[in-house]
Amino acid sequence: MRLPLLATLAFGLAAPALAGGWDDTVAAARGQTVYWNAWGGDERTNDFIAWASGALQTQYGVTINHVKLSDTAEAVTRVIAEKAAGQAEDGSVDLIWINGANFLSMKEQGLLHGPFLQNLPNARYLDLSEGSAAVVDFTIPTEGYESPWRLAKFVLTRDSARVAEPPRSMAALLDWAKANPGRFTHPAVTNFMGSTFLKQALIELAPDPSVLQAEATDEAFSAATEPLWTWYDALRPNLWREGVTFPENESVLQQMLNDGEVDFAMAFDPAAAAAAVERGLLPETVRSYAPEAGSIGNISFVAIPFNAAHKEGAMVVANFLLDPAVQARAQDITVLGSYSVLDPAKLDAAAKAAFDALPDSPALPSNEALGPTLGEPHPSWMTRLAEDWARRYTE
Amino acid sequence: MTAPEGRLLRLLVLGAVAGGLVLPILAGLWETARAAFGHLPAIGADGLSLDPWRRLFDLPGFGTSLTLTLWTGFASTALALVLAVGLAAAMYDRAGFRGGARLLAPFLATPHAALAIGLAFLIAPSGWISRLLSPWATGWDLPPDLATVNDPAGLALILGLLVKEVPFFLLVILAALSQLPVRRHLEAGRALGYGHGVVWIKVIGPQLYPLIRLPVYVVLSFALSIVDMAIVLGPSNPPVLAVAVTRWFLAAETTLILPASAAALLQSAVVAGGIGLWWAAERALARIGRVWIRRGGRGVSAEPGLVAAGAAVTGLMALGAGALMALAVWSVAWRWSYPRALPESWSLAAWGRSAAGWGTAVESTVIIGVATTALALILAVAWLEGEDRDHLPRATWAEALIYLPLLVPQIAFLYGLHVVFLKAGIGGGIGAVIWAHALFVFPYVMIALSDPWRALDPAYIRAAAALGAGPVRRLFAVKLPILLRPLLTAAAIGFAVSVAQYLPTLFMGAGRVATLTTEAVTLSSGSDRRVTGVYAVLQAALPFLAYLAALGVPAILHRHRAGLSGGAA
Repeated sequence: MRLPLLATLAFGLAAPALAGGWDDTVAAARGQTVYWNAWGGDERTNDFIAWASGALQTQYGVTINHVKLSDTAEAVTRVIAEKAAGQAEDGSVDLIWINGANFLSMKEQGLLHGPFLQNLPNARYLDLSEGSAAVVDFTIPTEGYESPWRLAKFVLTRDSARVAEPPRSMAALLDWAKANPGRFTHPAVTNFMGSTFLKQALIELAPDPSVLQAEATDEAFSAATEPLWTWYDALRPNLWREGVTFPENESVLQQMLNDGEVDFAMAFDPAAAAAAVERGLLPETVRSYAPEAGSIGNISFVAIPFNAAHKEGAMVVANFLLDPAVQARAQDITVLGSYSVLDPAKLDAAAKAAFDALPDSPALPSNEALGPTLGEPHPSWMTRLAEDWARRYTE
Repeated sequence: MTAPEGRLLRLLVLGAVAGGLVLPILAGLWETARAAFGHLPAIGADGLSLDPWRRLFDLPGFGTSLTLTLWTGFASTALALVLAVGLAAAMYDRAGFRGGARLLAPFLATPHAALAIGLAFLIAPSGWISRLLSPWATGWDLPPDLATVNDPAGLALILGLLVKEVPFFLLVILAALSQLPVRRHLEAGRALGYGHGVVWIKVIGPQLYPLIRLPVYVVLSFALSIVDMAIVLGPSNPPVLAVAVTRWFLAAETTLILPASAAALLQSAVVAGGIGLWWAAERALARIGRVWIRRGGRGVSAEPGLVAAGAAVTGLMALGAGALMALAVWSVAWRWSYPRALPESWSLAAWGRSAAGWGTAVESTVIIGVATTALALILAVAWLEGEDRDHLPRATWAEALIYLPLLVPQIAFLYGLHVVFLKAGIGGGIGAVIWAHALFVFPYVMIALSDPWRALDPAYIRAAAALGAGPVRRLFAVKLPILLRPLLTAAAIGFAVSVAQYLPTLFMGAGRVATLTTEAVTLSSGSDRRVTGVYAVLQAALPFLAYLAALGVPAILHRHRAGLSGGAA
């Protein structure tokens, strides 16, 4: 009880002193071009970033250059190459859309600038108390080295024209797959979405899910994952192409659902399917839902590399992304449809009204259908899961 | 026409090639090698160790990746060669064949990534072919669960490589055949009672092969280390070695860079070993072949083989054309669900919405392509002119240097080269990208230009010299105008090569330089085929326009000079 209070106090005390600091930051940022390295596989996110660039240009004289990645790790590799070349400033990456293993890897190797979150004025809309989803990334405390920007939650999407009553647990999914061989698959486990599916199954099947919150030991790992592998061994022969090959990522899986090659897709964004319908990328009969016992949720962050050339501009962008008006726009299903990271309790009436006025869609799951949010396991679990899976199922 | 002048020019070019092409590659290899043996201080790895190699050999799927690489590389190269020679043999005498073969140029121009994306849609279980046949012929209301793309044996990848490599071999073979008295051989062979196909195998083949050996090695090296096409068409779990290496380089776990570097070195060894193996097979085949030829058998009929090769190539080209068409259709579709043969609703939204995006991509693609091509063309002309002025024979060792960038796998030195460029303070910009592209464009421009250049009738030059024209005037007033067509063809090929570059743009541009190819490959990991279609159409259209210009400009400029439209393009 005492620690969060202290943290709030410290934050409260520091804020006035930093007010002048923020003005300096905004002044220094004017005219900067921020190279934001962000996954470029989603056209709506790309459009949103392009829109943000225009708005930032008018408000702060800051432009975003969206460096489209096919995998976030590309940006991490780039920063490492620059460090290898001794380039401690003027780096090519200013801001990265990051979380989980990539964040841990960069933080551990001292590749990040910060802490900077407490300097952002709009951080006051976040729940910054210890252990809150906004300050923990895959159980790793962010310690101000990254700033939240969008909420993610695992959902399954089915075509209701082909699957009337979906399986709502991992055991039910296995039964369904046995009855409908070749109609279900998940993205490759080297991909974030693929490993998230395995983690979702692990949380549901592990004898004691609480061990997942701590770093994985050999012993804990084999005990916790044993039921998972038994389940997966039974599932795999019934997967699409008998589980020999997998789609590259969730976008390819979504395309396969659209083509009718499979009956399910999955996403880390409850609005993904509704957004895809809006854009003609999925039939209007698709519906998203979460497993009965709840699903994994986490927040996506932005972080600044230690050698970023435009740190001030990057901070202005991070702060802009936390603006309630921007968050409401991001949650708009016709724009991006990504759920807000702000703490509703900290919003004023006008901001709340903006969120209430957002349009609805039939493919969008209701809050009840989304169920409870489960915490991400410690990143070591994801790394080990992916490694162990590769060892077991790569021929 | 003094010798020192020519030598100086040649030295200058050689210096530029050594400093601009060979050194960066060696430096890049050196950096990669250091990481492969455990030295990368940036991630806290210091000193010498074999640990990266141990980790590499322990990585799941490593052995399968290696086998897959060898299988797809050798199978596609050998098959493409056989098909191309077969088609040339079957069609050589037919009227219009040479002109027709020139029409294959657009396939050369289409970048691998665009073609792969289109082909993937064409042959997938839910693809266009399946849609055209369903449900009336197949009875499928839902696509079947068949592995027609990303199959574990890499057959789809081999197919994709064939669509690209057969036209390349055909053009190379046609150029080489112009140096052989094919017709006389055929007549003599026929008079001695050999069948048409057998003359090709026993008489023309053995003379033809040495002329195309180097391009064969280039194709083999390329097929052994291809990344973009293998991502789209190849198996994924595990992928071919080059894709696996790229993935490890870009993996979240940064220490994987060490085994990735080791694998990148291994990739070079695979290519070197692959070429060695091929060479050994050549030898063995030649020895067996000689015995077979000496026996003088006339009975074998190779005609069915020739017909089959012709049919196979036609099929391949139809697939290639279908792939490009599929992309064009997708780019103007709105909803196109299985099993409809055509989209149920159309829209220009993909073109309109991403206009801002593709506008910049087209711009940087064109700037990089033009700059790189101009650079390569100037270098190539200087090289060849230096040879002329010095009356030097073609120096094979120097040519081998030019081919170096094509023979060493890109992945082996690009990461290291990026580090080298960064150390020199020239990383991450358009300049670095142009330089890196020039590494790969220059060799192709040389390949395209050197034969027509050397085939130029020296009588023209002597006549010009006799009329008092100095070397500079002879170059600009005689040689270049006569060689306009091959020059432009070489430029078009160079431009196409530049447009297609994926890894050099990705690594050297630090992701900041977005070309049509990098955008198309990135987007192909997304879900919107319509937007991918837009990029892929543009990606194929740019080089195609360059080829059209290469054909059209000389036709207009030389419309009153029938004799100049020759020049062995």
